[in-house]
Amino acid sequence: MRKNRPWLYSLFWIVVSFLTLFPIYWLFVISVKPAVDLFSTPDILIKSFYWQNYIDVLNDRTLRGYMVNSLVISTGNAVLCTVLGFFACYALSRFDMGGKESIFFWTITNRMAPPAVFLLPLFLLMTQVYRIGDFSLLDTRIGMILVYCTFNLPFAIWTLRPTVDGIPKELDEAAYVDGASPWKVITEVVLPLARPGLAVTLILTWVFAWNEYLLAATLTNFNARTLTTGLSEYVTTTGTEWGIMAAISVFTLIPALIVFGLVQKHIVAGLTFGAVKG
Amino acid sequence: MHSTKLGWLLLAPTLLVLFFFGVLPFIYVLYVSFHQWNPFAVNPDMVFNWAENYRRVVFDAQFLASLGVTAAFVFFAVISELILGYMLAQAFMKDFPGKAIFRTIHTLPLIMAPIIVGSIWKLMTTPSIGILPNLLDNWFGYDLNIGQSAIAAFVTTVIMDIWHWTPLVTLTLIAALVSLPPDPFEQAQIDGANKRQIFWHITLPMIRPAILATVFIRLMDALRTVDEVLMLTGGGPGSATRYVGVHIFKEVFPRTNYGYGSAISVVVLYLTIVACWLLYVGLIAPRNKKA
Repeated sequence: MRKNRPWLYSLFWIVVSFLTLFPIYWLFVISVKPAVDLFSTPDILIKSFYWQNYIDVLNDRTLRGYMVNSLVISTGNAVLCTVLGFFACYALSRFDMGGKESIFFWTITNRMAPPAVFLLPLFLLMTQVYRIGDFSLLDTRIGMILVYCTFNLPFAIWTLRPTVDGIPKELDEAAYVDGASPWKVITEVVLPLARPGLAVTLILTWVFAWNEYLLAATLTNFNARTLTTGLSEYVTTTGTEWGIMAAISVFTLIPALIVFGLVQKHIVAGLTFGAVKG
Repeated sequence: MHSTKLGWLLLAPTLLVLFFFGVLPFIYVLYVSFHQWNPFAVNPDMVFNWAENYRRVVFDAQFLASLGVTAAFVFFAVISELILGYMLAQAFMKDFPGKAIFRTIHTLPLIMAPIIVGSIWKLMTTPSIGILPNLLDNWFGYDLNIGQSAIAAFVTTVIMDIWHWTPLVTLTLIAALVSLPPDPFEQAQIDGANKRQIFWHITLPMIRPAILATVFIRLMDALRTVDEVLMLTGGGPGSATRYVGVHIFKEVFPRTNYGYGSAISVVVLYLTIVACWLLYVGLIAPRNKKA
């Protein structure tokens, strides 16, 4: 009963894979079509490659700025969250602090709140309260880097905790006996051993920040706008430049695809917050 | 050996960042929600007005309608994902050629930005550009227009969510199925149990914890769906797909009536916490007690 016809399962999965991949393929089809061909009968196959949409996106000074913003914000946020998360996990793992497990769970709850609920509070705080003279955090890269910590820092703490807990305490203690300072122990004993976990955390926080749209759309106007917000600007009620929109989507998708290749095995555990082993 | 002072010092930056960007916003918004405040109105000052904003929220027909469609969306999306995900996970339990590649392809949508998923499905379903309206018209003579038909728009958002998130359910259930011990299944077969009996009496009870955890995560995620719907339908047509997050983004945020917007944010957060708590008490906690 169990051995018969394995190819039937393959066939079934070919159909499922087709359903998964076709919409992504269609995005690519639209991105290499000139605008004049868009409204004729849709062809499933690509007849010729028209790269002008991509060239237009790359030549657009505004969009290039958005790309740089996206890169700076996601990299800055990923590094900040990984470093702070690592320190926090070291503290939670090695010190007998009162109520540390409550603190651990409290950090996680920060990620549970729907981001839409954050919009108005963060906007008001950033315009009214978090400001020095004329400088407010609204529409700045550093502001966005800090705002993204609300969902990425809990994630970093959650994913790094098992890694840091898994490094034997005896190693720290041996180093302390040899007279090393706490800083040396953290950077030269624990850090190298935590490297694989840190890499996964860095990559996943990076992609979460890169993918974020809602907060970027409301907390930036021009200076710190990201690629995902640039995408939504191309959808208007008067007329959408479909080819450009598809090309921006492809540009936004590429880093995620690279990341996918790197940490595919960790994605499920990351998205379920480790609640289910993936 | 070393004091807990160092521990607090290492934890301090995290606590500070989360306090200023996670906690303080809500204390502030709670304060604002009890005030009449519109900086661009005739009277731009903040005036304390008791629970007037909350009274308006409770009778706000648009807000209540958005809660209703959110509930419908979450219900249909999560149920479909669970059934599909279980079937796909079962289809993955046999050995067949190309298994690893199929698994990789199946994981792919999970890493994609919600806004890109919205953009992809917009390109799929926009009349005359998308392939779907064209095929549906040719095959069934059905005119798919998510800009006009409320039900078509709603169903498309559900299908988009299924496309994006079923893989998460599949992969978590595969993990659960793989870890099951083979003995009970062999014993049941020897005893002459049929497939349906095995499913209801052995498989289902054994993977129940994994199913509940997955449902919990998917429900929480589905409740916060905004980006992809904003991109695909913008909450329309009318308010057919104006899910609660979309409502806040489209209606509450752009209006400068900050007091009222704050009250809605507080209510939505409160409802999310209650939903989360109910799910936990109803689904997760009884299972822990039994175990």
